Amino acid sequence: MNNDDKLVLGGKTFSSRFILGSGKYSLSLIEAAINYAGAQIITLAVRRANTKEHENILDYIPDNVTLLPNTSGARNAEEAVRIARLARELGCGDFVKVEIMRDSKYLLPDNNETIKATEILSKEGFIVLPYMYPDLYSARDLVNAGAAAVMPLASPIGSNKGLATKEFIQILIDEIDLPVIVDAGIGRPSQACEAMEMGAAAIMANTALATAGDLPLMASAFNNAIKAGREAYLAKPGRVLTRGASASDPLTGFLRN
Amino acid sequence: MENSFFIDSQKLSPAALEKKHRLENDPSSRTDHMKYMEGMEIINSDICEKVMSQVKEYDYSKYTARDVIAALEHETCSIEDFKALLSPAAEPYLERMAQKAKAETSKHFGNTVYLFTPLYIANYCENYCVYCGFNCYNDIRRMKLNAEQIDKEMKVIADSGMEEILLLTGESRAKSSIEYIGEACKLARKYFRMVGLEIYPVNTDEYRYLHECGADYVTVFQETYDTDKYETLHLLGHKRVWPYRFDSQERALMGGMRGAGFSALLGLSDFRKDALASALHVYYLQRKYPHAEMSLSCPRLRPIINNDKINPLDVHETQLCQVLCAYRIFMPFVGITVSSRESESFRNGIVKIAATKISAGVSTGIGDHESKYSGKESDGAEGDEQFEIADDRSFERMYKDMSAEGLQPVLNDYLYV
Repeated sequence: MNNDDKLVLGGKTFSSRFILGSGKYSLSLIEAAINYAGAQIITLAVRRANTKEHENILDYIPDNVTLLPNTSGARNAEEAVRIARLARELGCGDFVKVEIMRDSKYLLPDNNETIKATEILSKEGFIVLPYMYPDLYSARDLVNAGAAAVMPLASPIGSNKGLATKEFIQILIDEIDLPVIVDAGIGRPSQACEAMEMGAAAIMANTALATAGDLPLMASAFNNAIKAGREAYLAKPGRVLTRGASASDPLTGFLRN
Repeated sequence: MENSFFIDSQKLSPAALEKKHRLENDPSSRTDHMKYMEGMEIINSDICEKVMSQVKEYDYSKYTARDVIAALEHETCSIEDFKALLSPAAEPYLERMAQKAKAETSKHFGNTVYLFTPLYIANYCENYCVYCGFNCYNDIRRMKLNAEQIDKEMKVIADSGMEEILLLTGESRAKSSIEYIGEACKLARKYFRMVGLEIYPVNTDEYRYLHECGADYVTVFQETYDTDKYETLHLLGHKRVWPYRFDSQERALMGGMRGAGFSALLGLSDFRKDALASALHVYYLQRKYPHAEMSLSCPRLRPIINNDKINPLDVHETQLCQVLCAYRIFMPFVGITVSSRESESFRNGIVKIAATKISAGVSTGIGDHESKYSGKESDGAEGDEQFEIADDRSFERMYKDMSAEGLQPVLNDYLYV
């Protein structure tokens, strides 16, 4: 595989295209998950890191891994901005994943508020990765607001249902000039692989690992699947027959010039 | 079998005893429990009607094994499915319910378990709720902590490592005023990352004031949603007013609180109907206030000082587990708290299935944390407990036990924004 194939986010380059979540499994497993996943970026909830404990999640993340603090708990742009600033104060760096939810049942992102928060935070020098519902207009607005990537959901958080929004994610991949990172709902390595084949720049997963019987092994499976999907995308897939057979004689063979 | 709740203290005056007996024996001597008392805010809400119309018609005996199996196979659990899961027909399917509940819990919460502790700051009460240790006729040591004492208790708890606190009082506006509780919230914010309240129901503007003082979560137990039964258990005081209590969580959310907790006290009335009502109360309020964080708990009746015979009747651990699994399957996103009323073994088991939050280092008495946490003799007075707890594990031990069960204890998942 081409060694120059890097993921670039906010001017920083990464060779791994697997972004790891951290919120749903034991802190003691984080290091193994990172290693098996080959991950260079890990998300964490600022609200979880905001502890004087005992066990702070920040102490479990190796120094060479880039932190991607998220604003979970925010219900509007203003709250997200405040949480992002707190993340910076806590020493989490300049990356921020904007997550704004006004629904405690489905945890679907509010695109309008997300656009507002992205605009404010990117002006403050944050590298903003907004979690979004895959809507083309919103994605364009996020580009204009200064996002470093867009993170559309594949299906509802925690559902492990895979690429329910496939057609719409494909539109974002085709039309948006930023990395499209598929986030939320990816339940199996095969789904991650499929998203990468489609041209996604990276995959983010959490629940799929947390609910696996063997977390490090599943992290490794995702890592391999994401790499395979990326290579397939770069290799430019050939023709795939989806239905019936193709005519052996071309229909347009009668044309004469 | 019914619980026998009525206990006479020898310290009561003849006049007080006479009034007590009259309240107990003569329903006409009691006030109308559906009528608001002066000063109680009436909000415009259709939630009660939505919940109670379903509860009224719920006939759990009509559900069959076929309904239960269908409910378990459906991808999303409808209200009808939930009713089947709460029915007696579901009892033989408890293991399957637990498996499904566990899968839902882990999708939404992973292996995390939240730890918190309650702090009772006063046990004065103006109500006569016949099953409660704090009731105004019960002969117990009464106490209200002053600011200095609250500060001291909080420091002891915070030093143990705890980051979330639930402040509780008995229900006495006269002894524990809104301002007094507000000051306690302000103190709590010094020591804790998250402050919840479990106090007497108040009006929207008072919830707003308490929110500004630092409380972000309000829990109110409805005790029972069966209004007729409620009337026979809550004989005196403002708590007698059932509808004002019902709308507490909505007033709290209107006052700006981020979250609300709900519960019936199982064992008081028909537990299946009460469980249905509690869950629908959450369900309909969540639809109206989708941003709010909701939680359910499932306490059972416990013995109290001067009446060690009180028990949860037909709600055994099996039934409690069934209710909790049904809650989880119906509402995968809600927090579920299991209190120290339950045993160590039950709590260790249920956190792996459905519960997401448990208390540790619990005392339901007043001003006794230092003596309980350090073994040091108390240098001051202490107030008696509300009920007997069943799981007295310290914070440190709970943390270790949860980790040993393969769970990740979380002390704080909260930001004031």
